Amino acid sequence: MSLILNILIDGVAYGMILFMISVGLSVTMGLMRVINLAHGGFAMLGGVVAHVLMSEAGVGYVPAALLGIAATVALAWPLERLIYRRIYGFGDLQQVLATIGLTFLMIATVNRLQGSTLLALPLPGGLAQSVDLGFRTLPLHRIVVIGVGVAVIIGLWLLIDRTRFGIRLRAAVDNRATAGAIGINTGLIYSATFCLGAGLAALGGILGAEMLPIEAYYPLRYMVLFLVVVAVGGMGSFAGSFAAALGLGLIETASRYLVPEYGTIFYFACIIVFLAVRPKGLWGRLA
Amino acid sequence: MTRLARIPFAAEALLVLVVIAAFFAFPYNLAFVTRILIMVLFVLSIDLVLGFAGIATLGQAAMYGTGAYAAGLFAVHVTAAPLPGLVVGMVAGAILAVVSGLVLMRTKGLTLIMLTIAVAQICHEIANKARDVTGGADGLRGIRMEPVLGLFEFDFIGRTAYWYVAVVVFVVFLALRRLAAAPLGLSLRGIHESPERMTAIGAPVYRRQVLAYTLGGGIAGIAGALAAQVTQLVSLEVYSFTLSAEALIMLILGGTGRLWGAIVGTVLFMTVHHVAASADPFNWLFLIGFLVLGVVFFLPGGMIRLPAALMRLGRRS
Amino acid sequence: MTTGLQVRGLQKRFGGIVVADDINVDLPSGARVALIGPNGAGKTTFSSLITGKLTPSAGEITLDGRDIRPMGEAERVRAGIAKTFQITTLFRDLTVRDNLRLAAQERDGRARAWFRRADSWADVEDEIAAQLAAFRLAPLGDKRVSDLAYGQQRLVEMAMTLMLKPRVLILDEPAAGVPSSDSHLITDAIERLPDDLAVLIIEHDMKLVFRVARSIIVLVNGRILTQGAPEDIAADQRVRDLYLGAHHG
Repeated sequence: MSLILNILIDGVAYGMILFMISVGLSVTMGLMRVINLAHGGFAMLGGVVAHVLMSEAGVGYVPAALLGIAATVALAWPLERLIYRRIYGFGDLQQVLATIGLTFLMIATVNRLQGSTLLALPLPGGLAQSVDLGFRTLPLHRIVVIGVGVAVIIGLWLLIDRTRFGIRLRAAVDNRATAGAIGINTGLIYSATFCLGAGLAALGGILGAEMLPIEAYYPLRYMVLFLVVVAVGGMGSFAGSFAAALGLGLIETASRYLVPEYGTIFYFACIIVFLAVRPKGLWGRLA
Repeated sequence: MTRLARIPFAAEALLVLVVIAAFFAFPYNLAFVTRILIMVLFVLSIDLVLGFAGIATLGQAAMYGTGAYAAGLFAVHVTAAPLPGLVVGMVAGAILAVVSGLVLMRTKGLTLIMLTIAVAQICHEIANKARDVTGGADGLRGIRMEPVLGLFEFDFIGRTAYWYVAVVVFVVFLALRRLAAAPLGLSLRGIHESPERMTAIGAPVYRRQVLAYTLGGGIAGIAGALAAQVTQLVSLEVYSFTLSAEALIMLILGGTGRLWGAIVGTVLFMTVHHVAASADPFNWLFLIGFLVLGVVFFLPGGMIRLPAALMRLGRRS
Repeated sequence: MTTGLQVRGLQKRFGGIVVADDINVDLPSGARVALIGPNGAGKTTFSSLITGKLTPSAGEITLDGRDIRPMGEAERVRAGIAKTFQITTLFRDLTVRDNLRLAAQERDGRARAWFRRADSWADVEDEIAAQLAAFRLAPLGDKRVSDLAYGQQRLVEMAMTLMLKPRVLILDEPAAGVPSSDSHLITDAIERLPDDLAVLIIEHDMKLVFRVARSIIVLVNGRILTQGAPEDIAADQRVRDLYLGAHHG
């Protein structure tokens, strides 16, 4: 019983982190048709900025996290304007290469400034504690992660379902050319979406540092993890990303608890079988 | 290049001369030049899969690594004769490619790229977990090779290793040149250009993609086997994403689909790496990042198109 | 035994929507049949059912009496059913000759040969030269397809398809996108197609249809409204109302 509960809590929390980091990737792929292998870099950058603020300037966890997210968005904006905008028209392979190049630059920058050691994001005293639920105790951090994840999902849903921006975004994902033709400023939508995705990745990177520790090689080390969420969920689908992130989080956590020796192998085998049967993912718009 | 192509075998002869010249030019760096040659072979395997057949892959290391482990284990447990080891490496790489290819070739685009990475990661994980067989993170040790063909002993300086590798790479290169000009090469380029049209002329596109992937896997397996035999060590690094990515960068740097691009790109990349990384490993990553972006943005055809691009520029100004 | 392509009671449903219903068509050797009808009548669906891109919900398709429904797309091409696309689909970065070579080597089943040069089969090279000459493409043989004008590309596509030596040829809007100054090239080429070939032309250009077709099928809402000789179709009031009227007002 307690094992199942552990798997459930850890798996859902892990899934939420995967969702926050990957959702931006999925939407940029669905919207701009760009394969952004550097996306994990935004999660790392958020974490690195927060780490520096906390360890060198003594800033508290929450303000450091917020500043980390802000700094990532501030970097993502010009990056989208100057580099990514040119990448959109490229073929798959050129996109992959360009974004690998960017990934290397991000790694090199962090490596140069902070070295290749783990960059700790110590939780504030309160978060590191456990909460007593009466019948058992749970780490508060996991609960907070799940809470933030739920808030993010509700926020995204409201944004996409209820706002003008959301309507335009959906129109652009469905059909870029038509959206442009009926006067939607697709350029602005691209920028805004890209920055939103980068910001959410930074949030996920900071909150998830317990599970996916921040370090210079982070974008390469966890790249497959994020890509898998997009591929399984189907590009450009919020619901798909969420379902995939949650499902994959649970499967990986469960296999780590139950078959620790072969967890990774089992996990990837599941994914390969799934994608062989459904190459477009759960809610795929395009292959 | 075009003038060279008109004289039969002029290009091949040039290549032989370069290989001979390199032997005398770098007597104290033979190990490094050997590594370049092995890398050329590996990049050629990607050129076959990606440059010709148009199969986007970031996981070619899976076949390279499997060839390396297969040849290493074969040398340790069966026989230390090099040539049978090469065959074993090739077969192992081809088998992995055909098995994974049957699944992978059903997908395309991002899903395909991602699954190729995933296959390499699974291999990495299996090699890591099977410590009893592979040595896990410590690497597979105790490889002692017998003389090549029973005649040429592997020496301390690496002369035999150099010639051994050079001959193997040259033979595979010639075979690929034949293939490129033959119906199979034409057919793979056709699939690259328009799978739809290939189907409409009756070609079994999926089966042929699997075939291309398998051939590429076999060649990557040979490259891995050479690496295992020459360095007498196989580490988990053979499955690393960085290996696949860097090899892909070398190919794009040189230019895809032309075989020569694989050679030019690899030599260039490895040389710059050698110089830059020994100076400062962190700066190296900066350099490679900018290099990749530069090629993608300004020289999409690769270095092999550089003369033509410069000529166009000159004519315009 | 019946020869050529025979379609009996062909039906295709997507969920509850019937897009092709009870279609019967005969394409014997030498046939020149045009398939016309307004947009959305099901012309492309019908051609996709023949080529194997779609699987029928009911009905039979036979080639020389042999059921071809279990065959995949590529397999049907090898069995003798070839098509040209509505939008020219060629190997744009290859030369015209290489395009034709590719078709020939698939036809002859030697596409996996890897040692001999692709251009070293003398009989095939002669055949390619003859085919290019027949389409008046001979001077363009070594040009890259992407360097040709669109009308010429259409001709390359037809030449390439003929290299397959098909029994049945489906031309999907062969004149679409070709400037009217060049459309006579297409008409001429169709008129010179081998006599024993069964040809199905899907086309909007009525001038072309009435010039080359010996029989016309009118498709409306997935069903055959009528079929017959061109002069009968031209005289049919329903067709005039439905289709010709709309185009030639």
